[in-house]
Amino acid sequence: MLEIKNLHVKLEEEDKQILKGVDLTVEAGKVHAIMGPNGSGKSTLSYVLSGRDGYEVTDGTATLEGEDLLEMEPEERAAAGVFLAFQYPVEIPGVGNMTFLRTAVNAQRKARGQEELSAADFLKEIRAKAKALKIDADMLKRPVNVGFSGGEKKRNEILQMAMLEPKLCILDETDSGLDVDAMKLVSEGVNALRDEGRGFLVITHYQRLLDHIKPDVVHIMADGRIVKSGGPELALEVEHNGYADILAEVN
Amino acid sequence: MALAQAKQSATEERLAALTMPDAGCTRKAREAALARVREMGLPGRRDEYWKYTQPDTLISAQAPAAALFQNDEAPMFNEFDRLKIVFIDGVFSPEESDELSMEGVTIDRLEDICCKDIHWAKELYGVLEANGQTPVHRPLAALNTAFASDGVAIHVTGKPAKPISLIYRHASETSDAILHHVVRVESGAEVTILENGPAASRFNKCMEIDIADGGTLHHVRAQGRDHQRRAATHMFTRMGTESVYKSFTLTVNGVLTRNEQVVELTGDDAVVHVAGACVGDGEFHHDDTVFVTHDAVNCESRQVFKKVLRNGATGVFQGKILVKAGAQKTDGYQISQSLLLDEDSQFLAKPELEIYADDVACSHGSTSGAIDETALFYLRSRGVPTKEATDMLTLAFLAEAVQEIEDEALAEVIVTRLQDWLARRR
Repeated sequence: MLEIKNLHVKLEEEDKQILKGVDLTVEAGKVHAIMGPNGSGKSTLSYVLSGRDGYEVTDGTATLEGEDLLEMEPEERAAAGVFLAFQYPVEIPGVGNMTFLRTAVNAQRKARGQEELSAADFLKEIRAKAKALKIDADMLKRPVNVGFSGGEKKRNEILQMAMLEPKLCILDETDSGLDVDAMKLVSEGVNALRDEGRGFLVITHYQRLLDHIKPDVVHIMADGRIVKSGGPELALEVEHNGYADILAEVN
Repeated sequence: MALAQAKQSATEERLAALTMPDAGCTRKAREAALARVREMGLPGRRDEYWKYTQPDTLISAQAPAAALFQNDEAPMFNEFDRLKIVFIDGVFSPEESDELSMEGVTIDRLEDICCKDIHWAKELYGVLEANGQTPVHRPLAALNTAFASDGVAIHVTGKPAKPISLIYRHASETSDAILHHVVRVESGAEVTILENGPAASRFNKCMEIDIADGGTLHHVRAQGRDHQRRAATHMFTRMGTESVYKSFTLTVNGVLTRNEQVVELTGDDAVVHVAGACVGDGEFHHDDTVFVTHDAVNCESRQVFKKVLRNGATGVFQGKILVKAGAQKTDGYQISQSLLLDEDSQFLAKPELEIYADDVACSHGSTSGAIDETALFYLRSRGVPTKEATDMLTLAFLAEAVQEIEDEALAEVIVTRLQDWLARRR
């Protein structure tokens, strides 16, 4: 589904190379986890895939079901099925959460040539999905993420994911700032979305999240490359021994 | 002090093009106003109060032509049941207007007052305007008092069931209109006044508002969207004890607009909110000049002005809160903000506080900024196209000012219009 080949990316403003040849394939129906020390390029990879400004691709390709992602605008990528759950969800004063989501859902449907969702159908769907994530009516009415707690913001990300039904879900440190109960709730939300047609890329520092969202493949990223890939046991190894052993072994 | 030669001749040139209407009971006020105009002179480029706005085309003998704006939109406030008072190019239209009668209010045309020797409006016409000439001169308002050719006197004695809606149509490309309204809201009375439309190619409007103890006035206006129209408006408001005045102005398009609001809080515990939202594109200059004087105890004043500017548009805000000695427990707030959608547009702000009492809370802020890139990316990453996302953020920015409208249905109408206009661009 997602194929990244030899991806090289530098920061536009500083002449700093962040990704130095990332190769990664995520198959539909699979959960891939990426772990790695701070500054290894994990978040950059998530931003480059979703189309954020400020990064320059100097080499390599990234395709989703054969379509060149890197040529698309962020909204086109979203319509093609890419979703990024932000590490720091953005607060948007003055824009109601519900209005925002309805605009997003219908913009994507429109871009894909589907009919827009009626107000009634949208309401029915969002209420059911919000309930599962313990998001109350008040949170839906409030401006996007404004005054939300850390946990509420992350739950709101998962609600957006559930409503938009993307093909590729990228979770950028979704566990950061979550207490045990919130992590469980968020994980359940993610697990409910797991199906044969959908791929996941879960970026995390901690094994904890992977206890709840069980990965099929775990990758270790260091200095802008994937240096080691393996099964879920790789995450346990990192949890016990840190990255030092793995990095030493690779070098 | 004698006026500078250039100012004097510009003033006389303008006065020569005007004729004072046959004035009846307003004659004295008009003649006094004319004397004020001659003494002050009309505004010039060098006047400090006109530092950011060029008054030339507002004072020229002939009004610059302004093309009529063709569009297929339903007129503003059409969805509301209201008492309509229609002016076409500044002339009252009895055919288009409703009958000027409603329970709780009496409405007279200025023309009818002019024929009477005794009328309540005589105590008001030109009086608040004259008071408002200190400490800052507002010569265009005095010019208005002297030469206004039409207008209404609205006397609110109860709580009329419907809003009073002043509708200003623009029909001639060279029209030059001067309207003067006086409003008195009696003790315990409450009314909503709506205003909309471009009025004329050049529009000079003055409204004097006297709100007695415990009176309430809601005021919502939408200035017309004709691109080339010009307007200089003044509102002078005197507020009694526990009176409430809430004013909101929407301005979209218009080559030049200067809106002055002068509010004097003379009774304790009064509340005034003045707000404005404006969207300017290209050749567009919009100036909000506000002067609020606290001259009583425990009053609240709030100024909220938001401007969205693009393609070289200019926004101006001059806002002042004056707290006189003895006006203790004053709660004054002022915010002016602009959203600049490109580097060619500019916002010029002069927030002022002048405080002579020692137990007050006053705050003011002014900001200029571009669209928040992080928020824009967030919306786009969810599939919202750039233009739509920009409009959403723009509307969100303006919302704070629109929220000052107490009536939710009216606020909703304004938001819907803004949404539509942003989507259409021009």
